[in-house]
Amino acid sequence: MILFSNVSKYYNSHPALEGINLKISQGEFVSIVGQSGAGKSTLLKLLIAEEAPTQGRIYLDDKEITSISRTELPYLRRRIGTVFQDFKLLANRTAFENVAFAMEVAGSPRKEIAQDVPQILQLVGLEQKAGQFPRELSGGEQQRVAIARALVHQPDIIIADEPTGNLDPLNTWDVIRLLMKIHELGTTIILATHDREIINTINKRVISFDKGRVVRDEEGGRYIL
Amino acid sequence: MVNALGRVFKTGMRHFWRNGWLSTATISVMALALAMILGVLLVSVLMGALLDNLKSKLDVSVYFRLDTPEEEILKMKNDVLARPEVKRVEYVSSDDALARFKDRYKEDQTILASLDELDGKIFEASLNIGARNPEDFQPIVDFIKDPRFVPLESKVQENRDVIDRLSAVITGIRVVGFGVSIMLSAVAVLICFNTIRMAIYTLRDEVNIMKLVGGTNWFVRGPFLVEGFAYGIVSSLVTMVLFYPLVFALSPSLARFFPGVNLLDYFVSNFVLLWLILLVAGTVIGVFGSMFAIRKYLRV
Ligand SMILES: Nc1ncnc2c1ncn2[C@@H]1O[C@H](COP(=O)(O)OP(=O)(O)OP(=O)(O)O)[C@@H](O)[C@H]1O
Ligand SMILES: [Mg+2]
Repeated sequence: MILFSNVSKYYNSHPALEGINLKISQGEFVSIVGQSGAGKSTLLKLLIAEEAPTQGRIYLDDKEITSISRTELPYLRRRIGTVFQDFKLLANRTAFENVAFAMEVAGSPRKEIAQDVPQILQLVGLEQKAGQFPRELSGGEQQRVAIARALVHQPDIIIADEPTGNLDPLNTWDVIRLLMKIHELGTTIILATHDREIINTINKRVISFDKGRVVRDEEGGRYIL
Repeated sequence: MVNALGRVFKTGMRHFWRNGWLSTATISVMALALAMILGVLLVSVLMGALLDNLKSKLDVSVYFRLDTPEEEILKMKNDVLARPEVKRVEYVSSDDALARFKDRYKEDQTILASLDELDGKIFEASLNIGARNPEDFQPIVDFIKDPRFVPLESKVQENRDVIDRLSAVITGIRVVGFGVSIMLSAVAVLICFNTIRMAIYTLRDEVNIMKLVGGTNWFVRGPFLVEGFAYGIVSSLVTMVLFYPLVFALSPSLARFFPGVNLLDYFVSNFVLLWLILLVAGTVIGVFGSMFAIRKYLRV
């Protein structure tokens, strides 16, 4: 369960999020929509403690993310798989190694890595590109590596910030179907997107942001800005 | 645990290879810095050898009246030799002195000719006494001036003043040199730190990402420390290998300035020790430099 309690985030006294109260249960599929600059990425950054809120508290189950110790933080982050809006791939590592990194961090045995990484790369259609470095991949391919890395260690929660921004419609739907399938296995999914068609098709909970505030929060919601 | 250590090591070495240019640049700077340290080290060895050499030349000469029987002189020689502060005693007999004189002026026929006109002993026999340390001089001189010996002696000659002054100069140079070498080494270390800082700065995004994906500080830092360690090993080796031909080329001309010092011999016979010194310096700088440089990027 994720809980935002009266959370605000200011960047140089400019509000990116204000007075957010949200509850997301384990196993939910939540979409986050809003105009560019509405605060979607900021919300997700607070969740993995990439940024600290200016005000308020955030809980993941019984842990308060906002006051977690430096030593505990890595373990919290491993419970969450994140697809960053800007991918954040390691430039010095191949596609394979980037995906493997999420497992290495968690201390998975070598055999498991050798087995799981090719599988997940195949799932996102990149088995041919495993040995290529991010700079040798197209935008969409990089994005799929980022997705593979977020999924490979089977986290409890997946945060996907614009995961289909660089993909063609076919790949987009592959990724969405993949997320839905993972969701059916019990994983919490938080998806930030601008894609009206996805939102209107999947028929899940939609939280709309405007200028840092929640303006709509509906089960089976539509894409309305 | 072993698994994680192996991973950290492998990743570190991979970084080292993949960032070829960065590694080469960092190693070059570090090798230069270590060369500075090694140079300072060798200069101080030379200075020390020079000082020892001078000290070994410290001596006092006692000249004896022409009528002194040789047995008396040899007896005194043994007495002097028995003293702990005395390092060596050389007996130069009257005939020896004559032979030396003739040898020195062997080109000059007039001197040699006039020498032949003189009869009997012309040159005073002498004892040439070397001390172990400059401080040992006074007791030796006191001993020689003992009433027992005085009637035999015609004069006592010391070279202490000259040597004292030279030693003072060399000691001064060494003290100043020590200050300069500390400064040079500090500059070298700072340059290394800065180079490593820049190398890690270029990788700050990577560090950031590793933390966001859930890496612990040690897991993220480890490969960089391994890399820093590798920098130390390689740069110390490079320095030693480059110094060999340099020392080889310089050694003969240095031997002329510093008699009795063979830098090449010293370098070769202490190769491992010198390398170990550089290795420790290099790896400490590499590891601590990396640790220090990465610190602020881990705060994510
Ligand atoms: N590091 C930062 N420093 C200052 N302002 C920031 C920073 N990060 C974000 N902001 C501001 O916070 C606001 C919210 O940004 P955020 O990235 O959350 O928007 P978003 O909803 O994700 O937009 P998009 O759909 O374009 O990704 C924006 O006005 C942005 O300019
Ligand atoms: Mg965003």
